[in-house]
Amino acid sequence: MAKKRPVDETQLNREITIEQRETEGLSLGTIVRRRFFRHKAAVISMIVLGAITLLAFTSVGTVVGGSGNLVTDPNTGKLAVDGFRIPGWWQLNWYENYDIYNPGGTPTLNVWPFDPGQHPFGQDTLGKDIFARVMRGIQQSLIVVFIVGLLSTVIGTIVGALAGYFRGWLDTLLMRATDVVIILPILVVGAVLSRSFGGDAVSLALLLGALAWTGLARLVRAEFLALREREFVDAARVAGAKNSRIIFKHILPNTIGVIVVNATLLMAAAILIETSLSFLGFGIVAPDISLGQIISEYNEAFRTRPWLFWYPGLFIVIIALCINFIGDGLRDAFDPRQRRLPKSGGAIAELKQLIAKRRGN
Amino acid sequence: MLSFIVRRAAATLMVLLVASFIVYQLTAISGDPLMELRGSRDPDIQFRIQYLTEILQLDVPPFIRYFYWLGGAAGCLIGQCDLGISVSRGEIPVTEALSGAIASTVQLITLATILSIIIGVAIGMTTALRQYSGYDYTVTFFAFIFYSLPIFWVAVLLKEFGAIQFNRFLEEPYIPPGAMTVIALVLAVAVSGIVGGGLKTRVQSFIGGAVLSVVVMIFLNLTQWLKYPALGVPGIILMTLLVASVVLVLSIGFNQRRGLIIVLGMALVAAAMWLPGQYLFFYIQGPLGILLIVAIMAAIGVLLGIVFGGDGRKEISRAAGITGAFAGLIMAIDEALQYWSEYLSLIPLNNGYISTIGAVTPAIKRQENMWLSLIDSYAHLILPTAALLIISVAGYTRYSRASLLEVMNQDYVRTARAKGLNERTVVVRHAMRNALLPIATIVPVDITALIGGAVITEQVFAWAGMGALFIRGLNAVDVNLVMGYVMIVGLMAVIGNVIADLLYSALDPRIRVS
Repeated sequence: MAKKRPVDETQLNREITIEQRETEGLSLGTIVRRRFFRHKAAVISMIVLGAITLLAFTSVGTVVGGSGNLVTDPNTGKLAVDGFRIPGWWQLNWYENYDIYNPGGTPTLNVWPFDPGQHPFGQDTLGKDIFARVMRGIQQSLIVVFIVGLLSTVIGTIVGALAGYFRGWLDTLLMRATDVVIILPILVVGAVLSRSFGGDAVSLALLLGALAWTGLARLVRAEFLALREREFVDAARVAGAKNSRIIFKHILPNTIGVIVVNATLLMAAAILIETSLSFLGFGIVAPDISLGQIISEYNEAFRTRPWLFWYPGLFIVIIALCINFIGDGLRDAFDPRQRRLPKSGGAIAELKQLIAKRRGN
Repeated sequence: MLSFIVRRAAATLMVLLVASFIVYQLTAISGDPLMELRGSRDPDIQFRIQYLTEILQLDVPPFIRYFYWLGGAAGCLIGQCDLGISVSRGEIPVTEALSGAIASTVQLITLATILSIIIGVAIGMTTALRQYSGYDYTVTFFAFIFYSLPIFWVAVLLKEFGAIQFNRFLEEPYIPPGAMTVIALVLAVAVSGIVGGGLKTRVQSFIGGAVLSVVVMIFLNLTQWLKYPALGVPGIILMTLLVASVVLVLSIGFNQRRGLIIVLGMALVAAAMWLPGQYLFFYIQGPLGILLIVAIMAAIGVLLGIVFGGDGRKEISRAAGITGAFAGLIMAIDEALQYWSEYLSLIPLNNGYISTIGAVTPAIKRQENMWLSLIDSYAHLILPTAALLIISVAGYTRYSRASLLEVMNQDYVRTARAKGLNERTVVVRHAMRNALLPIATIVPVDITALIGGAVITEQVFAWAGMGALFIRGLNAVDVNLVMGYVMIVGLMAVIGNVIADLLYSALDPRIRVS
């Protein structure tokens, strides 16, 4: 019995000490980081998402600047994308037609032993390489996710902060404006975009970002309404701090948990909205591509060429899942209420005891 | 309260006005409604263009045209709606197009909503009660996956993959031993996970779940039940017993002998009522028959509870009444299933048993038999409902899990345990009711959002609901149709929010609306 005790204590430390360690005087960032890295699913998701991003951008390279439209090179007569093209290690382009390699364009990917082959994700009827297309689609979808997350977080935070801090007529005005934006159907805006502006990824992202901030604004406003009544705000005001300083230096850092978590969840929603819009033909439209646009383009071909459908869909699910898990990890990290308690008893512990007893006999 | 509603209504009206103005302008600039006509070489096309320009007032700039439209829409307040005509729908009034679409969408979402709430809340609450168990982790993981699925992907997969495979399976419904083992093992793991407890209980529940599911599957194989489903009197008794036990768990528990006998006895009552039920369904056609049988069975349950309930007559009659109502529904299902073989003979062979497109089979609509159309519409509903379920169950699971966990950590739950109440009473009476509060406020918002149409589900399954109407209007730059849609959806969203607020203040005395 006396021997067992120290083991128990380290066990106990591992389970609950994060709360105790707060008393050591760690910064909020350190506490949150430690808690986040204990969330296994979130850490794995972060690695997977990083790997996918790396794969998508290094494999087919990318295009910087330019209109993104397809143009014919006058010298070689080949198709090219307008803008500065950074090549990747994958030799095929997403916009060129190649000879059909396998009959029907079936995928050449072999998982074990690993061999990508000529066209790992197969080809479409024209001979386009689906791997290159999916990689480019991931790039565009990730760009949309990033821009939407950034833009809507900034707008939502500012609107929520102003409404919650100043209250009164400004609050009423801003909240009614939020209501108006909530009612606006994203599809209408998408339709205008795809018809008038050609539907490329960046403009779609800007539009979605300009519409998706409403939920965050409401949450931040609620936080501000509660926090502005606290003593430390009074103290700052008595000390002569200006409104802008109170908002940005005193209250905003206290709402960072709500903002970060919801921004993450918003990004997960953004990729689903983007792909859904593109699927309906109101989001990103050809010649630009995204994961949803690929599925939409090959929608009719499901029975004959299911791989045109599997791979882009798979990547949508993986990306959305990763972002959702990261969001969950952040929520656990920022919210001390959802603390994990050490588990007591249970069937597995009982089974272990039983086995230990048998061994003892 | 009244001033709250009035102020909310005024604010809502302003919001709707501004939003409708923006949407009108956006839709109007998104394209040219006469684009198709302009490309035509028909010699009469000039007159057609002129006619449409005049009737849609296309020569007036959208900024001013909006106010003409608003004038017509304002008539709705005094009961004379004029939302214009819809050019893309053969120039029928928008109000007419809308009412058809709303009916169709409501038909689509009703079952999906009810099922997703029931399943989601049940799964979420059981995971909360078994927090950090293998069951909890598994369910949470799948909830995350379902939450991350794009609905169009799920819908297309279900349609092109699920339906075809399932129809092929139904032609020769035989579950091979391998599949049977896998299904039985999965179900057994799930059952032992939900039941929880110590090692002994786990092993027992595992074996029980496995044996039961194997027996059921062998029964399905032997009787070809999946191809020729029927309930009959034994089926009615079994189903009613099942419902009765669920009702008992949620209400009075198994310890009150009187209540136990009365509620479980409803199964026998249902069996006894089977023959009179047949006469009733024969003489009273239409939905009235179903309503009548549900009402009669509920009344019998309540009566039994009052007469024989003794001290607990209030609770017992309530439980027996609810069981009776469900028993009536089960009897109606039994009646519908009796038409199954007739249904099979009527549907086109290449369609398969589960239809992937539209809402009705024309051949069955011609029969004008309520039971046949009932089967038919459910056969059409299965796939879109499944697609909607997969997505929304995940949300409800997460919500109800978090909600129940929060409540279970409250002091009054500890007090309830400390004063010696049994676990069922603590969970059902004290914790669950309060955990349902936040969910009750999500539901109206969710439902009203769904009226806007499961746009993508409708698109994939060719369902002529609100979503399909909206997409059609957008594609054809049919401003009036789009505006009609936006007004209905906006109004619904606002109403849903107000209902949620009022509901919360009614359910939770700590909250006051002001």
